[in-house]
Amino acid sequence: MAKTMAERKGSAALGVDAELAKRLLYDMLRIRRFEEKAAEAYTLGKIGGFLHLYIGQEAVAVGATSVLRGDDYAISAYREHGHCLAKGSDPKRMMAELFGRRDGLSKGKGGSMHLFDRSVGFLGGHAIVGAHLPLAAGAAFAIKYEARDAVVVCYFGDGAVAQGEFHESLNLAALWKLPVIYICENNRYAMGTSTERALAQTQIWKFGQTYGIRSEKVDGMDVLAVREVVGRAVARTRQDTTPSLIEADTYRFRGHSMRDPAGAVYRTKEEVEREKQRDPIVIFRERALKAGVLTEADVRAIEKDASDRIDEAVAFADASPEPPPEWLFTDIYKED
Amino acid sequence: MAVMTYREALNLALREEMRRDPRVVVIGEEVGLYEGAYKVTQGLLTEFGPKRVVDTPIAESGFTGIGIGAAMLGLRPVVEMMTFNFALLALDQIVNSAAKMCYMSGGQFNVPIVIRGPGGPAAQLAAQHSQSMETYFYHVPGLKVVRPTTPMDAKGLLKAAIRDDNPVIFIEAETLYAVKGEVPEDPDFVIPLGQAAVRREGTDVTVIAYMGMMYRAIEVADELAKEGISVELVDPRTLRPMDVETIIGSVRKTHRVVVVEAGAGFAGMGSEISAFVTEHAFDDLDAPVERVTGANAPMPYARNLEKLKTPTKDKIAAAIRRVCNANGS
Repeated sequence: MAKTMAERKGSAALGVDAELAKRLLYDMLRIRRFEEKAAEAYTLGKIGGFLHLYIGQEAVAVGATSVLRGDDYAISAYREHGHCLAKGSDPKRMMAELFGRRDGLSKGKGGSMHLFDRSVGFLGGHAIVGAHLPLAAGAAFAIKYEARDAVVVCYFGDGAVAQGEFHESLNLAALWKLPVIYICENNRYAMGTSTERALAQTQIWKFGQTYGIRSEKVDGMDVLAVREVVGRAVARTRQDTTPSLIEADTYRFRGHSMRDPAGAVYRTKEEVEREKQRDPIVIFRERALKAGVLTEADVRAIEKDASDRIDEAVAFADASPEPPPEWLFTDIYKED
Repeated sequence: MAVMTYREALNLALREEMRRDPRVVVIGEEVGLYEGAYKVTQGLLTEFGPKRVVDTPIAESGFTGIGIGAAMLGLRPVVEMMTFNFALLALDQIVNSAAKMCYMSGGQFNVPIVIRGPGGPAAQLAAQHSQSMETYFYHVPGLKVVRPTTPMDAKGLLKAAIRDDNPVIFIEAETLYAVKGEVPEDPDFVIPLGQAAVRREGTDVTVIAYMGMMYRAIEVADELAKEGISVELVDPRTLRPMDVETIIGSVRKTHRVVVVEAGAGFAGMGSEISAFVTEHAFDDLDAPVERVTGANAPMPYARNLEKLKTPTKDKIAAAIRRVCNANGS
């Protein structure tokens, strides 16, 4: 179908066409719904342990993944549902993993903090802060060793920046020219400790300069800005296999985990309410509507589609059986 | 067979595996240009180049993590710890990343990495460079742990470790690098992990030991043979998985057990062996299991104190005589 003049003008103003705008909105909404349903399931006791929600930060995963190829890799910490879903993983198998069921990505043995999906190049959720930064460099080492032009995107929080492994990884990735893009999702709090109370240098992107790494800061609530900055980094990294550091200024609307539901001890209600005005989904939706790239009907259809997919995921997880007892002892070692 | 040192046997194993499999890379401090702090990697940079023999800065956690990440994507890194004491800086990567990856990914990602280097007591290296580090690792499901006593074992087990699809902790010893022994030159010679070696057959008592303690036990066994005590010497070689079957088989034959270990005794290898011998072969025992262990103290520097820290031949001999004189039958 030929585009109308208004659509063309809107696409130019927004910088993306209707198809991409739909996908970005859909991907962000799908993460939001996934997290909301996960929270619900947690309160019903269907999900146990720790559950760290990504609500508020969706623009980072979606914007970054939108410039990746299928053969690129992503790796994350324990707030990783959004990264895994954005990379293309099946929400059914992700939810089943959160439920601890046999159809989960990790057969129910990983849980919320350890989603892995080899089929989409998702190298895992890792729950020791800072520990996956060297792993990302290692994956990039393997890519370079095999002379492939894929890249690794490594998401981590501001909490990892005070760890030695952040600095060891940046140094080694720069020294060995490894194709890894480090994306720090600065949501301002490592659990309850603000960056001001943790870091002598709160402008995290500046650490990259010390190591001679291209570094940039981006509004992490603006999916198109993330897309542009990460896109630039990926293109350069693909070309010259050198690393990048991107600091995405973002915010988590919920607490650190479901055990910190209000997240109110270490930050004010006013601050949270103020930050919610930056909701990346609302901002993008309104911009796309205003530009005329999406219609109200488009938005309603996308919202319904996202909700339906996640409802299906919950139903799938609910129906999936528990892992059989003998699985306790499988996968400890890879057998020949 | 060729006669070569333990160090040369390790070097040959690395060379053969690097020639056989282009995915094998050596990573560590001073492994390339310097040719290894203990020269185990001598000549590798010349033969294989800097792409496959990678010098690192002093950043154990960082470069071990890089090895693990590279292994997730299919490389087979051999990461050298200049001494295994430094592996404590990488303990989180080894225990939380390497050992758990296969399990917590439901089998999607395995980590075929070898982490190797010398450990255990050496010569006046004092408290921070002399620890028997295997105890920190054999507790962990997901890891395999090897302690090779002879040059032949060093070669055959290192090759098996490199070919293994799982993380293998491979701890050598400064004091053994110059030991000579017969080593098969066949590049297909491999000693499977998880198989103990009966170093000497005997009938009166089973002595279980590895590394420097095995050499000490051999001397003791020679001396006790003159007193008419026939000692069977069993070397576990792989501590995890442990070859329980071979050890229990020996116990059923001799009915007496002495475990010798260089590390401090508390929660050591001897504790574990005592436990499973009791569980599997209690009725076969004619005497309580004896442990001869390193003193429960850090390693001192002073030569005289250092001697008191590790099990002496006299202590080993005394323990063997005690269990042989016990009358439980």
